[in-house]
Amino acid sequence: MPVVSTKPLSTVFAIGALAALTAIPQASLADEVNIYSYRQEFLLRPLLDAFKEKTDIDVNIIYASKGLIERIENEGRNTPADILLTSDIGPLQDAKERNLLAKIDSAEINANVPAQYRDDDGTWIGLTARSRIIYTSKERVAEGELSSYEDLADSKWAGRICTRSGKHSYNLSLIGSMIEHKGEAQAEAWLEAVKANLARKPQGNDRAQVKAVKEGQCDVALGNSYYFGAMLTNDKEPEQKEWANSVNLLFPNQADRGAHMNISGAAITANAPNPESAKTLLEFLTSEEAQRIYAEVNYEFPVREGVARSALINDYMGQFKADVVSLTRVAAHRSAAAKMVDRVGFDN
Amino acid sequence: MQTVEPQLTTQSQAVRTAGLRLPSNWTTLGWLVAVLVILPIAAVVWLAFNPSENIWPHLISSVLPVYVESTLLLLLGVGTLSLFIGVSTAWVVTLCNFPGRKVFEWALLLPFAIPAYVIAYIYTDLLEYAGPVQSGLRELFGWSTARDYSFPEIRSLGGAVLMLSLVLYPYVYLLARSSFLEQSINIRDASRTLGCSAWQSFFRISLPIARPAIAVGLALVAMETLNDFGTVDFFAVKSLSAGIYDAWLNMSNLGAAAQIATLMMLFVVLFIWLERTSRAKAKQFSGADRFKRLERYNLTGGKAVAATLLCSAPVLFGFLLPLGELGSMTLNHLDQFSDSRFLQQASNSFLLSSAAAIFTAILALLLAYSQRLNPNLAGLRFAAKLAHLGYALPGAVLAIGVIIPFAAFDNTLDSWMRDTFDISTGLLLSGTPFAILFAYSVRFLAVSSGSIESSLAKVTPSMDMASRSLGANSFDTLKRVHLPLIRTGLLTALLVVFVDSMKELPATLILRPFNFDTLATAVYQFASDEKIEAAAPGSLLIVLVGIIPVILLSRTITATRDAS
Repeated sequence: MPVVSTKPLSTVFAIGALAALTAIPQASLADEVNIYSYRQEFLLRPLLDAFKEKTDIDVNIIYASKGLIERIENEGRNTPADILLTSDIGPLQDAKERNLLAKIDSAEINANVPAQYRDDDGTWIGLTARSRIIYTSKERVAEGELSSYEDLADSKWAGRICTRSGKHSYNLSLIGSMIEHKGEAQAEAWLEAVKANLARKPQGNDRAQVKAVKEGQCDVALGNSYYFGAMLTNDKEPEQKEWANSVNLLFPNQADRGAHMNISGAAITANAPNPESAKTLLEFLTSEEAQRIYAEVNYEFPVREGVARSALINDYMGQFKADVVSLTRVAAHRSAAAKMVDRVGFDN
Repeated sequence: MQTVEPQLTTQSQAVRTAGLRLPSNWTTLGWLVAVLVILPIAAVVWLAFNPSENIWPHLISSVLPVYVESTLLLLLGVGTLSLFIGVSTAWVVTLCNFPGRKVFEWALLLPFAIPAYVIAYIYTDLLEYAGPVQSGLRELFGWSTARDYSFPEIRSLGGAVLMLSLVLYPYVYLLARSSFLEQSINIRDASRTLGCSAWQSFFRISLPIARPAIAVGLALVAMETLNDFGTVDFFAVKSLSAGIYDAWLNMSNLGAAAQIATLMMLFVVLFIWLERTSRAKAKQFSGADRFKRLERYNLTGGKAVAATLLCSAPVLFGFLLPLGELGSMTLNHLDQFSDSRFLQQASNSFLLSSAAAIFTAILALLLAYSQRLNPNLAGLRFAAKLAHLGYALPGAVLAIGVIIPFAAFDNTLDSWMRDTFDISTGLLLSGTPFAILFAYSVRFLAVSSGSIESSLAKVTPSMDMASRSLGANSFDTLKRVHLPLIRTGLLTALLVVFVDSMKELPATLILRPFNFDTLATAVYQFASDEKIEAAAPGSLLIVLVGIIPVILLSRTITATRDAS
């Protein structure tokens, strides 16, 4: 028999096991507020640090890209979550429909956020706004050649359009707004025509589409507005500056309904253990100070009126006409939009 | 002596008699483990009965054919490639002598430490239009746009097959190699004496004997391919797991998502059943002669070169190249290492993964041993098979399956405590590291069991008989006879679950407590935004921490045979 001692290894594993089980972090007893977030923590960090500084309330956070609503639902009255943060209207509406949200009862918040970016029933609020715009190649697309989402269906764009998956929430929201404005039949005809014009199978994220324009794979691309700022100022990966510099920004439908808007938003849960602190945090996030940080750090549009926009946004995105259609109604078409994407084989 | 023979009546009788003394304890324990592990799987099946609308007419009339076709092609591609790489390299390093053999023995396991989503990002970076490879070619040949030449698209089904195979073949390699190592040298010598060539001996003796182990490896590869979402999503391949997430998140129909997931599990059951049926009742046990020194074929000249190339390719493309890329990306982000959270994340990953490795191995051992003592309990055997299905579920779906029973337990206990004692116990299990640990165990039980069961099955029942007739009880027999004999399988189980847990992402994200990060979740924050470079230091650490046990354990496995 070979003599091979496995003792050291087993010991390491055993110590690890014990330590892991006893290292359960204890919830602090100080004033705190707990966030379940669908937005990445690093985007929120500067704001949460400023909040802690100001109020001495601790902020705890869990970030995940899915499943948090289900977690709140199953945790029921014992859920530790006070606030649900999202990067899209969809999950807010979803949580509302499952009766997981409380009414946000704050005159201050109502004054800070325009009605267009708030739920009619007061269960959720927008924190930042973004527009889904069209990036066009500086070299290959002349000014005035296209001016609306509808124009993308024109056969002159055949083989020239890039976009991420039709199933991504940003595109579902855009398709939802087409359904809301034009009805399902016209929206589907439009989507089918856009699909026929795609330069490649939908893939990658919004930045990757601008990159594809830079590389000549396509001439126009759909993308959220703030990515432009993020690319133009990217010192760690300077090639992204070249991508941004190769495109013009087009805010569509300025002659009629305006460019499609979406929000990142927040809500207070129905069983929030710290509802007061949660309200304080939302009041802070809609304050001038926080709204300015949002605009500067992530190049999103503040929802609060009168907040100075970052210089970069002013230079490139100036003033534009935003679609003021009810976001609740747009979100209600989400499932229909997803099925439409399947039917026209948009992602195939 | 090693024998290949139909199930011996003496064996089942012996074991049955041996088991009769304390059947109830082990049976109860086996059932307890099985039920515990099946709970989250059952929760998913339960969800499948509550869809918000019937999604099938829509699916069948639109994308279902696409989902099914891509999934089958993925399975076929990844299965074939992993089988070829895994078995050929395992056989060569185990039974041949050639330059670098000792290094390849453990190096061939290294790609396993690299998460599939990371390798997908890296190769896309290298091979896409703007990447160095295509840019270089354009410069070299004076092409200016994509229309001037054709280059295979990395973001495709073929690309996904390559990426998944590169990191999954080690499952097959590991199990095939353990099996080749444990095979009796006498039987091979006998076949050679009887006139078989080395190749014939491989195909007619070694391969059939190793088949159960290889099948286990292949089943693991298939399940991992089915549950993968990160890679296929990044490569825009519409597989069934894409359909699951679409129904859940975009159509707000978790029930329909659970239906697709349940269907996937049924496929796995069918696959495993087919494999087992075709293998019929052949069983092999090995005796003490496995410790006889292995005589290797000495390869020279062209054959040696071929063997070296065969083994270097997967190591180069599956490990060295991605590692080098990660390393050079990390140079731009060295500041991350000085972040104190980074150390915390690394330690969370390490502790959780170690705990999961041990916990899962214990569950797997209890299940396997309770079945060995009661081979005629069909119910228990069936439950044990069901308990393996957690591996076929996409991680996020499994996480919901864990949340449901845990939260139900917590809330029921809390209500009862409030009513009876006016005390609120709140959430005891939900949102703790234990929930993550449990999810890892459910997810990776199939991995752990695969290795432990096949080792245990090779221990001849005469060992049980001897031990029991000498007065040892069933627990002593397990401790003093079986554990030492199946040490290789046990270590393999620990190693694989440890590394798999280090890489696990979707379930960890959803189940974790507040302010709790592992390396994988920290990496994901950046990767989800396609900030691949910022994700490099964390990814590099996952890989580095992962390779330490890989090397250590691989050496131990080798030592079980070589030290004589």
